[in-house]
Amino acid sequence: MKSLGVRAAILSLLILCVLLLVWHAATMPKEAVTAADSEYAKLMGAGAPKADGIPTPAQIGATIWKHARDPFYDNGPNDKGIGIQIGWSLARVLGGFLLAALVAIPLGFVIGMSPLFHRALNPFIQILKPISPLAWMPLALYTIKDSATSSIFVIFICSIWPMLINTAHGVASVRRDWLNVAKTLEVGVLRKAFLVVLPAAAPTILTGMRISMGIAWLVIVAAEMLVGGTGIGYFVWNEWNNLSLSNVIFAILMIGLVGMLLDMVFGVLQRAVTYVE
Amino acid sequence: MGSQSFLQVRKLKRVFATVEKNAKPIFSGVNFDIEKGEFVCIIGHSGCGKTTILNILAGLDVASAGDVVMDGREIGGPSLDRGVVFQSHALMPWLTVMKNIAFAVKSRWPDWDNAKIEKHCQKYIDLVRLTGNEHKKPSQLSGGMKQRVGIARAFSIQPKMLLLDEPFGALDALTRGTIQDELLSICAQTHQTVFMITHDVDEAILLAGKIMLMSSNTENGPPARIAEIVVNTLPKTRTRGDIHHHPQFYKIRNHLVDFLVNRSQAPLAPFAADAGGVEYPPHVTPGLDNETVVESASVIALRSGKVH
Repeated sequence: MKSLGVRAAILSLLILCVLLLVWHAATMPKEAVTAADSEYAKLMGAGAPKADGIPTPAQIGATIWKHARDPFYDNGPNDKGIGIQIGWSLARVLGGFLLAALVAIPLGFVIGMSPLFHRALNPFIQILKPISPLAWMPLALYTIKDSATSSIFVIFICSIWPMLINTAHGVASVRRDWLNVAKTLEVGVLRKAFLVVLPAAAPTILTGMRISMGIAWLVIVAAEMLVGGTGIGYFVWNEWNNLSLSNVIFAILMIGLVGMLLDMVFGVLQRAVTYVE
Repeated sequence: MGSQSFLQVRKLKRVFATVEKNAKPIFSGVNFDIEKGEFVCIIGHSGCGKTTILNILAGLDVASAGDVVMDGREIGGPSLDRGVVFQSHALMPWLTVMKNIAFAVKSRWPDWDNAKIEKHCQKYIDLVRLTGNEHKKPSQLSGGMKQRVGIARAFSIQPKMLLLDEPFGALDALTRGTIQDELLSICAQTHQTVFMITHDVDEAILLAGKIMLMSSNTENGPPARIAEIVVNTLPKTRTRGDIHHHPQFYKIRNHLVDFLVNRSQAPLAPFAADAGGVEYPPHVTPGLDNETVVESASVIALRSGKVH
């Protein structure tokens, strides 16, 4: 009996093979309608690589290989390597996310520590939270007057809520015993915040950051489709306009891969601050 | 009387705010003194406000009326002068044993350097016999070891008074016995003043010089108060192994159990008051002089024929 991990990996590979096979079968180029006249068939494009419809797995493989070989080329505004496009998207996501963290974590501390602020700010949070981040786009474009900064703002506004709510919740539910220990030791406000409340609430805060990062990565694709210029979202839309479905599928795979890696990073951070009671 | 006592509790009362106006206090008219180096236990049924009294002494709760003076100064909030051992040990799970104690030591002496802090912590880790476990997290320790760390942390700041809220309540009997012995020897070495809540009659007799009995706070009865103070007449050098062979042991034990089972809800006779109108609970010494009751003759009358 092999270990569960090995068996799961074998099963995963098997599922992948089945999917690829089904895909391949479904996208096989149709047999030439009639081979009555070989000249005519050539005119109709038979024998040439399939160029329309959903591409075959082999074509996707070729596309991946093409992009992987040269991810950072730059042939002008409409033709940049995938590495550059993802780099732009990541830069925007990280920018908006860090700005959001700078606001959300201190504000979450205040809300978590003060029932007054919690009650006073709760209505604002409840109304602002469910707004689709893209709904802010026109307002952002009008006030900021810069499309790149606007997309960073959209990331900021969408990633602030999970971090804010989780930080407030984590801070508010720090065990009373630990706060009492700090009280009886006459620990100052800042020392208490950094040495007792922060480590106690860190796992909850990190969970909020992880959710925020997930949402930010979802939203950046849509935001870049709107504002255009650069980024993986723009790349998807541009390739759709070029009717290059294999590039679109490639970009979808890359979005999933980068999203997974971002989530893994936060998973590692989360494990680092988690404590066993 | 008692103007020179180390700790003076006077006319202490605590009412928890409810919607109804004249809410009944949990306890009221609580008066007692603790001398320096004394070990005092308080026993009573759940809900009589023992933990509330301890929290007021710690500065974590505020009395509705009355005052507490320690070492000539009124207690107005938490202070490093009073170390607290919490029932649930209250160790920070993300810190090692050493760091948990160092957190307290650093709070007490902020200008000490790390080497000095570590040396000081090590002394108290050795004292509670946890040498070798300095770098373990609390989750890697047994319940008894965690509580030892809590005790070491409280002792490490060298408080003027130690407050223990049922520190051994969650431990099994064997572990409890060992830690009781350790606490007894540490207190004997350091002459620590201790106020401790317990539910365990034997524990109180082993550890305490004075055992305060608290009446119950029943639905329709009066608020809880300290009904009497039992003076422990066993020799000071008692140990867990020989204590039950002493002729006085069962007299004291029976007296305590009698109180908890039969008398904690009975109405109390009025106490004798001093010149300032402060009513002190009577001191009793079960088994000696027909149960001498100091200060209050009426209590003897009430009790005669009922006990012993």
